[in-house]
Amino acid sequence: MKQTGLGHHFASRLLGLVPTLLMLITIAFFLIRVAPGGPFDTEKPLPQEIRANLDAKYHLDEPLLQQYFRYMGQIVTLDFGPSYQYKDWTVNELIARGFPVSLAIGGTAMLLAFIVGTLIGVIAALRQNTAVDYSIMGMAMMGISIPNFVVAPLLILVLAVYAGWLPAGGWEWSFRHMLLPVITLALPVIAYIARLTRGSMIEVLHSNYIRTARAKGLPERIVLGRHAVKPALLPVISYMGPATAGLITGSVVIERIYSIPGLGSYFVQGALNRDYTLVMGVVIFYGVIIILMNFIVDMLYAWLNPKIRFDEG
Amino acid sequence: MFSYRPWLLPGMCLAIFCACLLCACGEKGQAPDTLRETRAQPVELVLLDGRPDPSVLAEQQVLYRGNGEEPQTLDPHRAEGAPSANILRDLFEGLTTEAPDGTIVPGAAIRWNISRDAKTYTLYLNRDATWSNGDPLTAEDFVFSLRRSADPKTASNSAAMLLPILNAREVISGEKPPSELGVTSLDEHTLQITLVAPTPYFLSLLAHPSTFPVHRASLEEYGERFSRPGNLVSNGAYVLKSWEMRSSIELEKNPFYHAADQTLIERVIYLPTEDPSNEVKQFRVGELDWTYQVPNNQFAWLQKYYAPELIISPWLGSYFFGFNLGQEPFIENPRLRKALVLAIDRDVLTQKVTQYGEKPSFGLVPPGIGDYAPAIPDYAKWTQDERVAEAKRLYEEAGYSAEQPLSLEIRYSTNENNNKLALAVASMWKQVLGINTTLVNEESKVFLQSRAQKAVTEVFQAGWISDYNDPFSFLGQFRTGDERNDYNYSNNGFDVLLEQIAQERIPARRDRMMVEAERMLLQDNPIVPVYTYVTRRLVDQHVKGWQSNVMDHHLTRHMYKLKSAEPGGPAPEDLTVQPEETPAE
Repeated sequence: MKQTGLGHHFASRLLGLVPTLLMLITIAFFLIRVAPGGPFDTEKPLPQEIRANLDAKYHLDEPLLQQYFRYMGQIVTLDFGPSYQYKDWTVNELIARGFPVSLAIGGTAMLLAFIVGTLIGVIAALRQNTAVDYSIMGMAMMGISIPNFVVAPLLILVLAVYAGWLPAGGWEWSFRHMLLPVITLALPVIAYIARLTRGSMIEVLHSNYIRTARAKGLPERIVLGRHAVKPALLPVISYMGPATAGLITGSVVIERIYSIPGLGSYFVQGALNRDYTLVMGVVIFYGVIIILMNFIVDMLYAWLNPKIRFDEG
Repeated sequence: MFSYRPWLLPGMCLAIFCACLLCACGEKGQAPDTLRETRAQPVELVLLDGRPDPSVLAEQQVLYRGNGEEPQTLDPHRAEGAPSANILRDLFEGLTTEAPDGTIVPGAAIRWNISRDAKTYTLYLNRDATWSNGDPLTAEDFVFSLRRSADPKTASNSAAMLLPILNAREVISGEKPPSELGVTSLDEHTLQITLVAPTPYFLSLLAHPSTFPVHRASLEEYGERFSRPGNLVSNGAYVLKSWEMRSSIELEKNPFYHAADQTLIERVIYLPTEDPSNEVKQFRVGELDWTYQVPNNQFAWLQKYYAPELIISPWLGSYFFGFNLGQEPFIENPRLRKALVLAIDRDVLTQKVTQYGEKPSFGLVPPGIGDYAPAIPDYAKWTQDERVAEAKRLYEEAGYSAEQPLSLEIRYSTNENNNKLALAVASMWKQVLGINTTLVNEESKVFLQSRAQKAVTEVFQAGWISDYNDPFSFLGQFRTGDERNDYNYSNNGFDVLLEQIAQERIPARRDRMMVEAERMLLQDNPIVPVYTYVTRRLVDQHVKGWQSNVMDHHLTRHMYKLKSAEPGGPAPEDLTVQPEETPAE
């Protein structure tokens, strides 16, 4: 019974994805074209003839609706078209090259943030209102409030320029090149997760079933490990869905400062350059990732929280 | 359950953070002794017959160049922007090329004849020249390439560079087939190019990427992918070895290049450096030999501690504000425009506001173009007090006063530099003339559109950086009806003079006519000149062979790296006693 319910839920969620994406694509398509200026407006205006050739090459001379249907027809075949800005590459290639980098950095950062964040969150909750709690929460507040464009140059200055332990920038697939970006990305997330974990852990520790467990004489290790931590992670999990989607699709600040060839810059560069195809490509990609992440979160929720079951309706 | 050291983790974090903060604060003031960087010093350069003595060269001739944004493309005909062009000048060689000082010298063509009417160029190619795969480089390759560059199907952004060639405009607009372009091969090694009008700077256009040759066979085989590593066949000093999107572009020496035995740098690695302040850090740790730029906010610090490495040199560009002459209050109001031009103090703007070593300017064309002596209005020699007095007089003559002040708008594209300048100019106008100025900043594409529409702008940020070394590049945009004429400027005499300049074939006379045109333009005051640009970058002292030039073109094949002096040789420079002045250019 439960199995079919889950399967049904799966299928309906996947079907629900289609109209969401369709809407996303349509809104994004028209929104970026409403923005003043076009991909070929440059500081030095181009002669009429050249402008016309460029528009013709990228079908920008067609009526907007025709462009829209042309685009829709194209993405059905998963072809996002050529980038206007990076003329040697297609948007598919740009995403295929950028995403693994962003995934590696963002995924590692998320893993690190989850482990460290929940750990210090739990510690803070167990030592509620002690010096340990206050110092952890103080650090967390700092982690949330100091923006990464401050942390990143600082880390580079100290660890790369003064100490000379790590590279100051550039990208290779190596631990040394990944370390600083991962730390920079993870810091605010660690802080946020720690605060979430602490809050919900305190709440769980005061609930009746924990009191019961303790009254039954279960050892503290079992009470915490088996009964308290799992439900305490629920808010963390629901935060992690969209947060992971954000991290693994790259951060423009981190990429700029550390010169990392990830996906994040394409959102900003694409929009600033009115690189319509690139913007559309990354928006759709991000849309799919975030829908997937929310889907995974729902599944995890069901596993963690016995109150939620899918076979009810 | 937890041991009795709860303070350890947060305490350590706090300590590390404070240490970081302290270090960072030290950076702002002086470099504290403990953090002093000791940079290796190069050995003294010894030249033999004008070439470096091999014994002073570093063993590893590998150059790391910071290159700004990721290049858009390595297809020379579709490229735009300096990052692409820098790499393309290493990969390809045009019919002409540039010496370290920027002068035009023979490239793929070893010599040329120019006809009496200066409209026909006959170029003789180097008979031994080949492509990087060994194929011979022929006149037919250039015919094919120039036609492709003009072909509407290529949709080249920089096809405007070809406009001096006969029928280029018609080919670009699709009215004539590419085969009608005024380029023919007389034999395998002789090329003839016919022009619309005498164009004294035409030889410099032949060193521009839009006129570079492309390898026909690989283009036909790979289509738009011909510029990928492995596919790209080039004719320059280097070949493309690898291209990791937004990580690095590596070129290595082309053994088939005709001057390969004189090319010393074996490999050059272009690294994208989008963040200028991190680029400086990469330079400081030795990851870069050559930066693309330096960040504005660290300029003073670098002047102090990196004086030998910081290179500032004039660049072929001008920064100015434009008036929309089709908009009140500027229609038929030359006195007001002149008052606004006179009222600003350019020394304050460059020395106190921007502070990056720009040269104050009263004209349009920057200095440094061949023998051209830019037109300088007489008020350039006045004191600022005299200019202010004259500005006040003209302002009142134009019908404004303290009781009836003028209200203006300055519109500019959002960035820190534009913002600071607009603010300073507005406050100068307020202080001197009592004008109330509104500042409007717009995202760059939005700004470009409002500027081009000429409907809402009053005073707007403008500027020009030239693609080729000729004053005409600066003057042409003020022609009546020109696409680039966002000023609504129209002066019949000026237009006629531009036509005459286009037909003039004696360089000295042409120069005089251009000075006259510039003078005529400045008399009408369609712009508020502010400064002429400079380039600023850090260059490792081991890198030699390059020279500052106004185009800011630096071909890697001219460069080489010296080896470091033995430890115990000359003492490392003392960072705390660096002179504050900027290095000589």
